[in-house]
Amino acid sequence: MNWQAMKSIYLFEMARTRRTLLQSVVSPVLSTSLYFIVFGSAIGSRIQSIEGVSYGSFITPGLIMLSLLTLCISNGSFGIYFPKFTGTIYEILSSPIAMPEIVGGYVGAAATKGLIVGLIILITAWFFVDVSIAHPVMMVTFFVLTAVTFSLFGFIIGIWATNFEQLSLIPSLVIPPLTFLGGCFYSINMLPPFWQTVSHFNPVLYLVSGFRWSFYGIADVNPWISLATITFFLVLCLGLVNWIFRSGYRLKS
Amino acid sequence: MDFDRAMRHPVFMPRLVRHRPLPNPFHREAFMAKSIISVKDLTKTYGNGFQALKGVSLDIEEGEILALLGPNGAGKTTLISIICGIVNPSGGTVLAGGHDVVRDFRETRAIIGLVPQELTTDQFETVWNTVSFSRGVHGRSPDPAYIEKVLRDLSLWDKKDFMLRQLSGGMKRRVLIAKALSHEPRVLFLDEPTAGVDVNLRKDMWQVVSRLRREGVTIILTTHYIEEAEEIADRVGVIDGGKLLLVEDKVTLMKKLGKKQLILELVEPLENLPEALSGHALHIENKGSQLVYDYDGDDQASRIAPLLQAVSAAGIAFRDVSTRQSSLEDIFVSLIGERA
Repeated sequence: MNWQAMKSIYLFEMARTRRTLLQSVVSPVLSTSLYFIVFGSAIGSRIQSIEGVSYGSFITPGLIMLSLLTLCISNGSFGIYFPKFTGTIYEILSSPIAMPEIVGGYVGAAATKGLIVGLIILITAWFFVDVSIAHPVMMVTFFVLTAVTFSLFGFIIGIWATNFEQLSLIPSLVIPPLTFLGGCFYSINMLPPFWQTVSHFNPVLYLVSGFRWSFYGIADVNPWISLATITFFLVLCLGLVNWIFRSGYRLKS
Repeated sequence: MDFDRAMRHPVFMPRLVRHRPLPNPFHREAFMAKSIISVKDLTKTYGNGFQALKGVSLDIEEGEILALLGPNGAGKTTLISIICGIVNPSGGTVLAGGHDVVRDFRETRAIIGLVPQELTTDQFETVWNTVSFSRGVHGRSPDPAYIEKVLRDLSLWDKKDFMLRQLSGGMKRRVLIAKALSHEPRVLFLDEPTAGVDVNLRKDMWQVVSRLRREGVTIILTTHYIEEAEEIADRVGVIDGGKLLLVEDKVTLMKKLGKKQLILELVEPLENLPEALSGHALHIENKGSQLVYDYDGDDQASRIAPLLQAVSAAGIAFRDVSTRQSSLEDIFVSLIGERA
C-alpha cells in the first residue's frame, strides 16, 4: 500500500474543490435552502405532520440524502473522468500504485466533499426547522456508507463514460427519478398500494428511510434492511471496481 | 546557467545515487554490464485487431542513451507505454531493474519516469503543484528542495506559480519533463520530446538530457529528428511495422551502413574512365566533371593516397577535393525503404 500516493491524490482532489468552492459547496447549499423555503415553509405549513413529525423536519434527512447522492456521484465521476479526458491519467497509470490507492484517493476525496456539504445542509436545516437525531451512531453510519458507496458508483461512471454526455447520463436521467420517488418528500404510506409496491424496488427508498429513522425513529422499511441494502450496493461497487482494475477496462488498452 | 554550478554541489550528489545499491563484489554478475530494461518477445495486439508489436526483444544498459527511430505507427509509443504500465502487453515479458513490469509494477514504476508525447496537463494547476503531485503519486515524501532543483534545472523556477494554461507549448513540455523527474527516476522515457519545440528549447532540452546522463540516468527517447539521435544517442534502434529492425551502437551503425564518397572536381571533363584507373572503385558523375570514389567506413580509407597518386599519374588534373558522408537519416531512409 502506497500511502504517500493515496494522500497525494486525496489532497490534490481536495485542493481542486477549494478552487471551485462556489460550484461544489455554495450551490448545493443554496438549492437545498430553496427546498426548505418552498417545501418546508411555504407548502409545508399547509401539510399536516407525518407520523408526529412536522413536514419541514420530515423532509430534512431526505434532502440531505438527495444532495449527498447527487454530489457524491458527480464528484466521484468527475474526479476520474477529468484526467481521462485531459490525458493526465497517464501519470496515474504509470505510477507505482494500484486500485486501493487510486480508489482511496479519488473516492475518499469525493466522499469527503459530499459529507462536508451534507453537514452544511444539516446545519442550514437547523435554521429552518426542528431537527433531532435519535440514533446518532446509525445516522453517522448511514451518512458515511452512502457517501462512500455513491462516490464509488460515480467513480465507476467516470471510468465507463467516454464522453461528457455519458458522464451526465446516469446522474441526470436515472438518479433524479430514483431520489424524488424514493420518499425524500413523502412517506410511501401516502401512496396508493400499487405504487408502494413499485417503490420497494427503488434502492434509494431504503437509504432515505433508514437515514430518516436515525433522526426520528420512523421508517418506511426496517432500518436493518436499509443498512443491508446500502452495504450490498457498496460490495457490488467494490467488486465492479476490482474487475475494472484487473481487466484494465476503459483505462488500459 | 547558474544552476548548473549549484547542481554540481556535493549536497545534491548523494541524493542522486542513494537509491542505487552498490554491486556486491562477491557476486559474479556484479561485474557484468546489467540491463536496466530487458524486453523479450514483446507482442501487442489492440482490441481492434491492430498488431502494434510483433515480437520485440531489446536490452537497454544502465546509463546509456538509446534513441528509437521509426515512422509514425511503427510501435514506438506502444513499446514505451507497455514498459511504463499504460498499456497491457499481449505476450512476452519486460523487466525493469530486474523486476517484471506487470507482476512487480510497484518496483518497476518507481524507477521509471515518463514524458508523454502529447502535452497532457492539468490546465488549472500551478507548475509547483503539478510537479509536487507527481512526486507524491510515485510514493515519495515531499522534498521541496529537490523540486526546486528540478524546476531551476529546466528554467521553470520563475514560472512555478503560473497555471499551466498560461504557459506556452514549449514550457508545458518542460513541465512534463519536470514531472517525470520529480521522483528521481533511474530510467527516463522521452516520447517525441522535441516535437513542435523551437530550436532554443530543443538545445536546452538536450543539455538537460546530457546532464541527466552524467548523473547516471538511463534515457530512452523516440524522435523524428534523426540528426538529434545522431548527435545525442549512444545506441540507435530502428522500429518499423512493430518489429525492431536493428539496435546498434551509433558509431558502429554509421560505419556499417554509412557510405563515404571522395569527390574530385576535374579541370577537364572526362568522357571515359582511363584504363589505368579501372582497378579502383571509381566512377564518373556530373557529365564527366566529377570523379567519385565510394568507400565504406574506415577500412578502405588507406587506399585514398594511392588512388590520388594514380589519378595524378594518369594525367588527370583536379581543382577541388571533397568528401560526402551519409547521415543517419540516409541510413534510416534506406532501411525503411528496403522494407517498403
